Amino acid sequence: MLSYALRRVLSAIPVALIAITACFFILRLAPGGPFDQERALPANILRNLRAAYDLDQPLVVQYFLYLARLLRGDLGPSMVVQDFTVSQLLALGLPFSIMLGLVAFVIATAIGLLAGMIAAVTRNKWPDYVLVLVVMIGLVVPNFLMGSLLQLMFGVYLKWLPAGGWQPGSVAHLVLPVTVLAWPHAARISRLMRGSMIEVLGSNYVRTATAKGLGQRLILARHAIKPALLPVVSYLGPGLSYLLTGSLIVEQIFGLPGIGKYFINAALNRDYGLVLGTVILYMFLILALNLIVDLIYAWLDPRVRYR
Amino acid sequence: MKFTTAMKAVATASVFALMMSTAASAVTLQLHNGGDPRTLDPHKASGNWEDRPISDYIEGLMTLDPLGEPVLGQAASYDVSEDGLVYTFTLRDDAVWSDGTPVTAQDFVLGAQRLQDPATASSYAYLNHFIENAEAINSGEITDFDELGVKAIDDKTVEITLNAPTPYLLAALTHYTAYPVPSHVVEEHGEAWSQIDNLVANGPYVPVEWVPGSFIRSEKNDSYYDAANVAIDEVVYHITEDDNAALNRYRAGEFDILSSFPADQYQLLQDQYPGEAHVAPFLGVYYYVMNQESEALKDMNVRKALSISLNREVIGPDVLGTGELPAYGWVPPGTANYEGEQYMPDWASEDYGTRIADATALMEAAGYSADNPLNLQLRYNTNENHRRIAVAIASMWEPIHVRVELFNAEVGPHYDALQEGDFQIGRAGWLMDYNDASNMLDLLKSGTAQAGGNIAWGNNYGRYSNAEYDALLAQAATELDLVARAGMMHEAEAIAMDEFGVLPIYYYVSKWVISPRISGFEDNAVDRHLTRYLSKSE
Repeated sequence: MLSYALRRVLSAIPVALIAITACFFILRLAPGGPFDQERALPANILRNLRAAYDLDQPLVVQYFLYLARLLRGDLGPSMVVQDFTVSQLLALGLPFSIMLGLVAFVIATAIGLLAGMIAAVTRNKWPDYVLVLVVMIGLVVPNFLMGSLLQLMFGVYLKWLPAGGWQPGSVAHLVLPVTVLAWPHAARISRLMRGSMIEVLGSNYVRTATAKGLGQRLILARHAIKPALLPVVSYLGPGLSYLLTGSLIVEQIFGLPGIGKYFINAALNRDYGLVLGTVILYMFLILALNLIVDLIYAWLDPRVRYR
Repeated sequence: MKFTTAMKAVATASVFALMMSTAASAVTLQLHNGGDPRTLDPHKASGNWEDRPISDYIEGLMTLDPLGEPVLGQAASYDVSEDGLVYTFTLRDDAVWSDGTPVTAQDFVLGAQRLQDPATASSYAYLNHFIENAEAINSGEITDFDELGVKAIDDKTVEITLNAPTPYLLAALTHYTAYPVPSHVVEEHGEAWSQIDNLVANGPYVPVEWVPGSFIRSEKNDSYYDAANVAIDEVVYHITEDDNAALNRYRAGEFDILSSFPADQYQLLQDQYPGEAHVAPFLGVYYYVMNQESEALKDMNVRKALSISLNREVIGPDVLGTGELPAYGWVPPGTANYEGEQYMPDWASEDYGTRIADATALMEAAGYSADNPLNLQLRYNTNENHRRIAVAIASMWEPIHVRVELFNAEVGPHYDALQEGDFQIGRAGWLMDYNDASNMLDLLKSGTAQAGGNIAWGNNYGRYSNAEYDALLAQAATELDLVARAGMMHEAEAIAMDEFGVLPIYYYVSKWVISPRISGFEDNAVDRHLTRYLSKSE
């Protein structure tokens, strides 16, 4: 198991280097630059700005300067958010994004698994239909619309919850963003779990267990849940990285201090340093999460380790 | 329980109780501030969402009254030399930074030098190039900053020497580029002086907390000379770029003021919150540039046809729904130092059907017809309103044999293309930096020759060029008589508009929503509103 984990970690290093290099050059090839704005800047001011961020150097020199800085653990300055370095911005936003993503992940996974199991067990009966309907809402309604609807319903009309913003330690401020973020995720998990569970419940060994007279709860607990979890587990890694990195719209709508929106804003503003910083961070998160999922998968199905 | 432990508990409880009582009586303004500020350094800022917290914490020699007019700020008085080139300001005796250090003339000198220092890389340094030697220092031609035309005569006297008479100087000094910096803090922390933990203020508020992506919080500065008249104790500048979400939060009672709202919600606001939406003209023009180097658009008759066939009257009320005023001229109404009648072409009063017939005739004379239409690409940057306007205008041009291809891009590449001259028709907008007609008219000055044979067109994206126009502006720049100066600028505006050098569409309006609990907010042409004049009832 340890050598398997080590192999996976080592194989991630060239992947990371390729991703950073590709991102660096693709960014520079994109039209526009960090100092493009509505008003043309006088040539000398533009020259001052470019010199301040090494953009007056040849591209290859800039690349190696960046790598050298990166090796020292320095992600460099943000070219647009000037009062912070990239590291400072990420350090400020990351804990919040992780907290938001993890809370949404735990809730979505718990609800998704439970709903999927209930739907599978009550297949083609009313609880199944109700759950399928709720799941469909989560999948069909885009999160910006869902966010606005929930804000209107619970913030504006009922005034039960804050319509946005963030106060450290306030659970109330998290309810609506977490709901918007978790709903589609829970919906996907419940669909996977339902399908997988139906398949397991129709398998020979479950039929045999039923024939032996075991109760349904015992069959579910002892024979059905673990194998039914396999397809769900393989979704959890990408699902978690989606929740950790994909809260852009939710953060925008609710005015939350995460890093999700930095990525898009930085890309739109051609803030090279911040884009690369967020890419590196996301890449690290995705690689780490995929590794964790693979390890869990290998634990659930030992054949994986030896492939 | 040990005695010390008991004492600690009592002390903690007392502090907590004190905090609770302060919190209960503090008046907090919840202000929707739009975008995420990039900096609190006045010499690196560039947007109005930065101006709001900055102008609440630093004050220049001049500041603004509620109507947006310049009034004395950190200066107690000023004198102007007879030739209008030298302004001498005397600082207030009670002007101090929030850490108790007196504000000195050296703080203003350092601020001005820092703005022009190439190392600061300030993108708005050019706004103050009317100061003697400012441009040369900014471009690196002069390296001795003491040659800048801003000098400390003594601790309390600042002297500003100009290249030419600048009637809008007092207004320009209210802009954040002209703000001082606390020399003692800059000396201690260098460029990190503007980080939240190091900031000191000479204005009515001190920023104390900044959560990027969420909010900036400022508290009242009790050292401010007019603190007794400042009613709001605390301001929270909320960062929410999504206007719909911000409106929801206003409706939920979480915001007291919205600095913008979605245009399509104007009717809802008028119906459900009568009197709370403020839509008022302010100094800026939304326009299309026509590339004068494009083969088709070199023909003035084609440009005229495009302009007169544009039904500006429906854009503000119907396409946008917020009633923006149609623009037939280049300088917005309400511009200072601009006595005289507003430019209005004869064709503006004609019936729209007649204008379409005239425009069709002009296009046909230029060789275009239903079978041989003029194909134009119209570029705009991504924004729902820009798209709606572009679609409406494309349909207005259809009857005059113009087929429009719409092309949209992000703001950066869009303006990059305009600056490169890589377009036929392009959407643009200009919000005036200071209240003077020259700020608009300078946009249409001819480009200047650069090394290597290039011409720098700056913000004159359409490459409009007229020698007479340039000469009139040059003459106006040295004219001391404000009425004569305005006359020259009116003449220049008429030349550019009669030649259809650019296609103005509407004058911008500011869009605020103000809770009935807030008083002291006044609509004004510069659309700047200092928190110190506001108050809030519970």
